[in-house]
Amino acid sequence: MNAKTIVAVGLGGTIGAISRYGIALAIPLEKATFPYATLIANLIGCLLLSYVLNRSVIKEKIGNTTFTALTTGVIGSFTTFSTFAVETVTLFQTNIILSSIYVFSNMLGGLLFCFLGYKVASIQRRATV
Amino acid sequence: MSFLLVAIGGFWGSIARYSISVKTNKHFIGTWVANITGSMILAFLFHFYLIGAISNALWLLAGVGFCGAYTTFSTFGNETIQLVTAKNYKKAISYVVSSVVLSITVVGLILTLLGN
Repeated sequence: MNAKTIVAVGLGGTIGAISRYGIALAIPLEKATFPYATLIANLIGCLLLSYVLNRSVIKEKIGNTTFTALTTGVIGSFTTFSTFAVETVTLFQTNIILSSIYVFSNMLGGLLFCFLGYKVASIQRRATV
Repeated sequence: MSFLLVAIGGFWGSIARYSISVKTNKHFIGTWVANITGSMILAFLFHFYLIGAISNALWLLAGVGFCGAYTTFSTFGNETIQLVTAKNYKKAISYVVSSVVLSITVVGLILTLLGN
Protein backbone atom coordinates (compact mmCIF):
# COMPACT_ATOMS: atom_id res chain seq x y z
CA MET A 1 0.00 0.00 0.00
CA ASN A 2 1.95 3.01 -1.23
CA ALA A 3 1.09 6.70 -0.93
CA LYS A 4 0.60 7.14 -4.66
CA THR A 5 -2.02 4.39 -4.86
CA ILE A 6 -3.81 5.70 -1.76
CA VAL A 7 -4.13 9.19 -3.23
CA ALA A 8 -5.15 7.74 -6.61
CA VAL A 9 -7.90 5.67 -4.99
CA GLY A 10 -9.07 8.77 -3.09
CA LEU A 11 -9.18 10.87 -6.25
CA GLY A 12 -11.07 8.10 -8.01
CA GLY A 13 -13.43 8.06 -5.03
CA THR A 14 -14.23 11.76 -5.50
CA ILE A 15 -15.28 11.11 -9.12
CA GLY A 16 -17.41 8.12 -8.12
CA ALA A 17 -19.12 9.92 -5.23
CA ILE A 18 -19.82 13.05 -7.31
CA SER A 19 -21.31 10.96 -10.13
CA ARG A 20 -23.55 9.09 -7.68
CA TYR A 21 -24.67 12.39 -6.13
CA GLY A 22 -25.30 13.78 -9.62
CA ILE A 23 -27.64 10.89 -10.40
CA ALA A 24 -29.44 11.44 -7.08
CA LEU A 25 -29.97 15.13 -7.96
CA ALA A 26 -31.09 14.27 -11.50
CA ILE A 27 -33.91 11.97 -10.36
CA PRO A 28 -37.00 14.19 -9.84
CA LEU A 29 -38.16 14.42 -6.23
CA GLU A 30 -41.73 13.31 -6.94
CA LYS A 31 -40.33 10.00 -8.15
CA ALA A 32 -38.20 9.64 -5.04
CA THR A 33 -40.69 7.42 -3.20
CA PHE A 34 -38.74 4.53 -4.73
CA PRO A 35 -34.97 5.06 -4.52
CA TYR A 36 -34.25 4.80 -8.26
CA ALA A 37 -31.03 6.80 -8.07
CA THR A 38 -29.14 4.33 -5.84
CA LEU A 39 -30.51 1.37 -7.78
CA ILE A 40 -29.36 2.86 -11.11
CA ALA A 41 -25.88 3.67 -9.75
CA ASN A 42 -25.54 0.19 -8.23
CA LEU A 43 -26.59 -1.62 -11.41
CA ILE A 44 -24.35 0.44 -13.73
CA GLY A 45 -21.45 0.08 -11.29
CA CYS A 46 -21.88 -3.70 -11.04
CA LEU A 47 -21.80 -4.07 -14.83
CA LEU A 48 -18.75 -1.81 -15.20
CA LEU A 49 -16.73 -3.28 -12.33
CA SER A 50 -17.08 -6.92 -13.32
CA TYR A 51 -16.33 -6.02 -16.93
CA VAL A 52 -13.21 -3.99 -16.11
CA LEU A 53 -11.89 -6.50 -13.57
CA ASN A 54 -12.20 -9.37 -16.01
CA ARG A 55 -10.77 -7.52 -18.99
CA SER A 56 -7.05 -7.85 -18.30
CA VAL A 57 -6.21 -5.77 -21.37
CA ILE A 58 -7.43 -2.64 -19.55
CA LYS A 59 -5.04 -3.23 -16.65
CA GLU A 60 -2.13 -3.75 -19.02
CA LYS A 61 -2.94 -0.51 -20.83
CA ILE A 62 -3.48 1.87 -17.90
CA GLY A 63 -1.14 0.38 -15.29
CA ASN A 64 -1.72 -0.87 -11.74
CA THR A 65 -2.21 2.47 -9.98
CA THR A 66 -4.75 3.87 -12.45
CA PHE A 67 -6.47 0.49 -12.56
CA THR A 68 -6.94 0.44 -8.76
CA ALA A 69 -8.08 4.08 -8.86
CA LEU A 70 -10.68 3.18 -11.50
CA THR A 71 -11.98 -0.03 -9.90
CA THR A 72 -11.67 0.48 -6.13
CA GLY A 73 -11.87 4.27 -6.35
CA VAL A 74 -14.28 5.40 -9.07
CA ILE A 75 -16.59 2.40 -9.46
CA GLY A 76 -16.38 1.33 -5.81
CA SER A 77 -17.47 4.78 -4.60
CA PHE A 78 -20.04 5.21 -7.36
CA THR A 79 -22.01 2.28 -5.93
CA THR A 80 -23.08 2.19 -2.32
CA PHE A 81 -24.28 -0.33 0.22
CA SER A 82 -25.02 1.93 3.20
CA THR A 83 -27.53 4.11 1.33
CA PHE A 84 -29.16 0.93 0.03
CA ALA A 85 -29.54 -0.36 3.61
CA VAL A 86 -30.93 2.90 5.03
CA GLU A 87 -33.32 3.37 2.09
CA THR A 88 -34.59 -0.19 2.50
CA VAL A 89 -35.41 0.42 6.18
CA THR A 90 -37.10 3.81 5.61
CA LEU A 91 -39.12 2.33 2.74
CA PHE A 92 -40.04 -0.63 4.98
CA GLN A 93 -41.62 1.79 7.47
CA THR A 94 -44.09 3.08 4.86
CA ASN A 95 -44.42 0.30 2.29
CA ILE A 96 -43.22 -3.24 3.02
CA ILE A 97 -43.92 -4.47 -0.52
CA LEU A 98 -41.94 -1.67 -2.18
CA SER A 99 -39.14 -2.24 0.32
CA SER A 100 -38.95 -5.94 -0.59
CA ILE A 101 -39.01 -5.07 -4.30
CA TYR A 102 -36.16 -2.65 -3.66
CA VAL A 103 -34.00 -5.28 -1.94
CA PHE A 104 -34.64 -7.87 -4.63
CA SER A 105 -34.07 -5.49 -7.54
CA ASN A 106 -30.71 -4.44 -6.08
CA MET A 107 -29.65 -8.01 -5.28
CA LEU A 108 -30.88 -9.86 -8.36
CA GLY A 109 -30.19 -6.92 -10.66
CA GLY A 110 -26.74 -6.29 -9.20
CA LEU A 111 -25.65 -9.92 -9.42
CA LEU A 112 -27.11 -10.23 -12.92
CA PHE A 113 -25.27 -7.14 -14.13
CA CYS A 114 -22.03 -8.36 -12.53
CA PHE A 115 -22.43 -11.68 -14.29
CA LEU A 116 -23.16 -9.86 -17.54
CA GLY A 117 -19.99 -7.77 -17.22
CA TYR A 118 -17.97 -10.89 -16.45
CA LYS A 119 -19.53 -12.77 -19.41
CA VAL A 120 -18.96 -9.97 -21.94
CA ALA A 121 -15.34 -9.63 -20.80
CA SER A 122 -14.67 -13.37 -21.15
CA ILE A 123 -16.32 -13.53 -24.59
CA GLN A 124 -14.16 -10.61 -25.78
CA ARG A 125 -11.08 -12.18 -24.26
CA ARG A 126 -11.70 -15.43 -26.13
CA ALA A 127 -12.39 -13.52 -29.35
CA THR A 128 -9.07 -11.72 -29.22
CA VAL A 129 -6.88 -14.66 -28.20
CA MET B 1 -20.46 23.67 -2.82
CA SER B 2 -22.52 20.53 -2.23
CA PHE B 3 -20.49 18.67 -4.87
CA LEU B 4 -17.27 19.68 -3.14
CA LEU B 5 -18.49 18.28 0.20
CA VAL B 6 -19.54 14.99 -1.41
CA ALA B 7 -16.15 14.84 -3.19
CA ILE B 8 -14.15 15.34 0.04
CA GLY B 9 -16.22 12.66 1.79
CA GLY B 10 -15.81 10.35 -1.21
CA PHE B 11 -12.04 10.86 -1.14
CA TRP B 12 -11.70 9.69 2.46
CA GLY B 13 -14.41 7.04 2.23
CA SER B 14 -12.77 5.24 -0.67
CA ILE B 15 -9.36 5.40 1.02
CA ALA B 16 -10.83 3.94 4.22
CA ARG B 17 -12.39 1.05 2.28
CA TYR B 18 -9.17 0.48 0.33
CA SER B 19 -7.09 0.37 3.53
CA ILE B 20 -9.38 -2.26 5.05
CA SER B 21 -9.28 -4.34 1.87
CA VAL B 22 -5.46 -4.22 1.81
CA LYS B 23 -5.25 -5.14 5.51
CA THR B 24 -7.51 -8.14 4.92
CA ASN B 25 -5.48 -9.16 1.83
CA LYS B 26 -8.25 -8.18 -0.63
CA HIS B 27 -10.33 -10.97 0.86
CA PHE B 28 -14.06 -10.24 0.70
CA ILE B 29 -14.17 -9.95 4.50
CA GLY B 30 -12.90 -6.37 3.97
CA THR B 31 -15.90 -5.39 1.84
CA TRP B 32 -18.19 -7.13 4.31
CA VAL B 33 -16.77 -5.16 7.26
CA ALA B 34 -16.90 -1.85 5.34
CA ASN B 35 -20.50 -2.42 4.23
CA ILE B 36 -21.81 -3.35 7.68
CA THR B 37 -19.97 -0.64 9.64
CA GLY B 38 -20.71 1.97 6.96
CA SER B 39 -24.42 1.15 7.08
CA MET B 40 -24.37 1.54 10.87
CA ILE B 41 -22.66 4.94 10.68
CA LEU B 42 -25.07 6.11 7.98
CA ALA B 43 -28.08 5.06 10.10
CA PHE B 44 -26.87 7.28 12.97
CA LEU B 45 -26.10 10.17 10.62
CA PHE B 46 -29.49 9.80 8.92
CA HIS B 47 -31.31 9.98 12.26
CA PHE B 48 -29.45 13.08 13.42
CA TYR B 49 -29.94 14.66 10.01
CA LEU B 50 -33.69 14.00 10.15
CA ILE B 51 -34.08 15.59 13.59
CA GLY B 52 -31.97 18.55 12.49
CA ALA B 53 -29.06 17.85 14.83
CA ILE B 54 -26.54 17.85 11.98
CA SER B 55 -26.41 20.32 9.10
CA ASN B 56 -27.07 19.61 5.45
CA ALA B 57 -23.36 20.22 4.81
CA LEU B 58 -22.27 17.55 7.30
CA TRP B 59 -24.82 15.13 5.86
CA LEU B 60 -23.39 15.63 2.37
CA LEU B 61 -19.81 15.28 3.61
CA ALA B 62 -20.15 12.35 6.02
CA GLY B 63 -23.34 10.66 4.81
CA VAL B 64 -23.51 10.97 1.02
CA GLY B 65 -19.76 11.37 0.51
CA PHE B 66 -17.93 9.32 3.13
CA CYS B 67 -20.41 6.53 3.96
CA GLY B 68 -21.55 6.31 0.34
CA ALA B 69 -17.99 5.78 -0.87
CA TYR B 70 -16.79 3.75 2.13
CA THR B 71 -19.44 1.14 1.38
CA THR B 72 -19.74 -0.46 -2.03
CA PHE B 73 -22.24 -2.51 -3.94
CA SER B 74 -20.25 -3.27 -7.08
CA THR B 75 -17.36 -4.99 -5.26
CA PHE B 76 -19.88 -6.93 -3.19
CA GLY B 77 -21.60 -8.09 -6.40
CA ASN B 78 -18.36 -8.90 -8.17
CA GLU B 79 -17.01 -10.90 -5.22
CA THR B 80 -20.26 -12.88 -5.11
CA ILE B 81 -20.02 -13.66 -8.84
CA GLN B 82 -16.39 -14.74 -8.31
CA LEU B 83 -17.55 -17.19 -5.63
CA VAL B 84 -20.34 -18.44 -7.91
CA THR B 85 -18.08 -18.97 -10.93
CA ALA B 86 -15.63 -20.81 -8.63
CA LYS B 87 -18.63 -23.04 -7.72
CA ASN B 88 -18.29 -21.96 -4.11
CA TYR B 89 -22.07 -21.67 -3.76
CA LYS B 90 -22.26 -22.09 -0.01
CA LYS B 91 -19.85 -19.21 0.57
CA ALA B 92 -21.62 -17.07 -2.05
CA ILE B 93 -25.01 -17.53 -0.39
CA SER B 94 -23.70 -16.85 3.12
CA TYR B 95 -21.86 -13.75 1.86
CA VAL B 96 -25.01 -12.31 0.23
CA VAL B 97 -27.41 -13.28 3.03
CA SER B 98 -25.16 -12.11 5.87
CA SER B 99 -24.36 -8.78 4.16
CA VAL B 100 -28.00 -7.97 3.39
CA VAL B 101 -29.71 -9.35 6.49
CA LEU B 102 -27.13 -7.98 8.92
CA SER B 103 -26.92 -4.48 7.43
CA ILE B 104 -30.69 -4.05 7.15
CA THR B 105 -31.32 -5.49 10.62
CA VAL B 106 -28.70 -3.30 12.27
CA VAL B 107 -29.93 -0.17 10.46
CA GLY B 108 -33.51 -1.05 11.40
CA LEU B 109 -32.54 -1.54 15.05
CA ILE B 110 -30.60 1.74 15.21
CA LEU B 111 -33.41 3.77 13.63
CA THR B 112 -36.07 2.09 15.79
CA LEU B 113 -34.11 2.56 19.03
CA LEU B 114 -33.46 6.21 18.16
CA GLY B 115 -37.19 6.64 17.56
CA ASN B 116 -37.52 6.97 13.80
